[in-house]
Amino acid sequence: MNDWSPSATLEAVKARADLLRTVRAFFDERAVMEVRTPHLAAHGVTDEHIDGIEVPGYGWLQSSPEYHMKRLLAAGSGPIYQIAPAFRHGEAGGRHNPEFTLLEWYRPGFDLAALVQECVELLAPILGAAPRSVTFRALFADATGEDPLSARADTLVARAEAAGAPAGLDYRQAVDFLMATVVEPSLDRDALTVVTDFPGWAAALAQTREDDDGALVARRFEIYHRHLELANGYQELTDADEQQRRFDADNARRRAAGKPAMPADRYLLAALQAGLAPCSGVALGIERLQMVLTGATRIEQVLPFPIQRA
Amino acid sequence: MASYSTNEFKSGLKVMFEGDPCSILENEFVKPGKGQAFNRVRMRNLKSGKVWERTFKSGESLEGADVMDVTMQYLYSDGEFWHFMDPTSFEQKAADSAALGDSKQWLKEEDLCEVTLYNGEPLSVSPPNFVELEIVETDPGLKGDTAGTGGKPATLSTGAVVRVPLFVQTGEVVKVDTRTGEYVGRIKG
Repeated sequence: MNDWSPSATLEAVKARADLLRTVRAFFDERAVMEVRTPHLAAHGVTDEHIDGIEVPGYGWLQSSPEYHMKRLLAAGSGPIYQIAPAFRHGEAGGRHNPEFTLLEWYRPGFDLAALVQECVELLAPILGAAPRSVTFRALFADATGEDPLSARADTLVARAEAAGAPAGLDYRQAVDFLMATVVEPSLDRDALTVVTDFPGWAAALAQTREDDDGALVARRFEIYHRHLELANGYQELTDADEQQRRFDADNARRRAAGKPAMPADRYLLAALQAGLAPCSGVALGIERLQMVLTGATRIEQVLPFPIQRA
Repeated sequence: MASYSTNEFKSGLKVMFEGDPCSILENEFVKPGKGQAFNRVRMRNLKSGKVWERTFKSGESLEGADVMDVTMQYLYSDGEFWHFMDPTSFEQKAADSAALGDSKQWLKEEDLCEVTLYNGEPLSVSPPNFVELEIVETDPGLKGDTAGTGGKPATLSTGAVVRVPLFVQTGEVVKVDTRTGEYVGRIKG
């Protein structure tokens, strides 16, 4: 067996170093400070679909540096970025590895549009791609023929099943299935597609608002290129009470799905109570960015030691 | 049998799906950002040979199938069943025509075959990659033709018909690749 050797070429390893140098120069020029927060901490996240990796006696490997970075922001750090490892149980495949790298940054005083603009300024020159912006609702309706915000649950579930979904999905799962299997593959490969206004129930840690039709949407965006999801950003929730309600709602869904509830991160709640100034933040998958840059079709072509040989 | 979760689905794993034993061929993990994860799985139904593609919610599980590949010696056919013996335990198994499929044209007594057992009974039989069989009938060809251009059909002792070079004669033993059905060479007697 030669499984001691890297699965990525040395050219790919070097391309990563070059990419990270470009990223650091970008933030340096804009006076965004690089920070380092814990990879191992007492709390995991409550997200129904993100399962952490527990370290007995210590807590959880962090699935993103978000909570700690928000605590720095609440302490008055000003704009910050981090290139951090992130860990997610069970996520392994052509586009996923249980350990991966997030470039995450936060901009106090930026609304969502300003942060989208900054993402485009970082990515468009690297990728040589022109940006285009579309709402989740319009994109989804265009690709599937159904309105994700107003269609009946059984209509969406039937649409998902027609596209090969397993039986027994609920409304949200049907939307997720169609997004991953029908909508993403329909995107213009060559464009840098910014998808905005996710459904309100998919807000995660984003603020919500009503769209022009009065439907609840999230101040959340994602960026896609070459059919790969690269980045996910929010105009951040800063209300501690609403944050607590989201944690509780997440845990209710976790329990309903037969998963253990995750204790809410009391440090984050306390930081929000102390006061988090309005800000926007985004997480970008470094390996995904490497994949689209090099034309790699599988993540092990850009990660020297994927989990199978790590 | 144990059950296997979608994240344990690896190429070659044998599971029960819709009542039939299946072999996993490919398993692709699909997950939109913060949403529900799915696994798109390609598998071969070991009874019908058909390849299915199905999507599961990640974390769902399937029961393992009691399927194993064992090397067995072919003994004889009684016309309805083909009989095999485990050369270490001397246990015998009878496979029907459906389990044999195209393999039956390559079976020579005492040859070692790969027999796939499902719940202990033969589900399919793979002949050795190369077999040596006697030619029972072929047109007399020209002596001295060694180029092998075109060749001619030859019927083997098992009933299989392969193309052989013109110089190969009835009564000779030839080596055949069972995966392609092609003549490989003569076995000098």
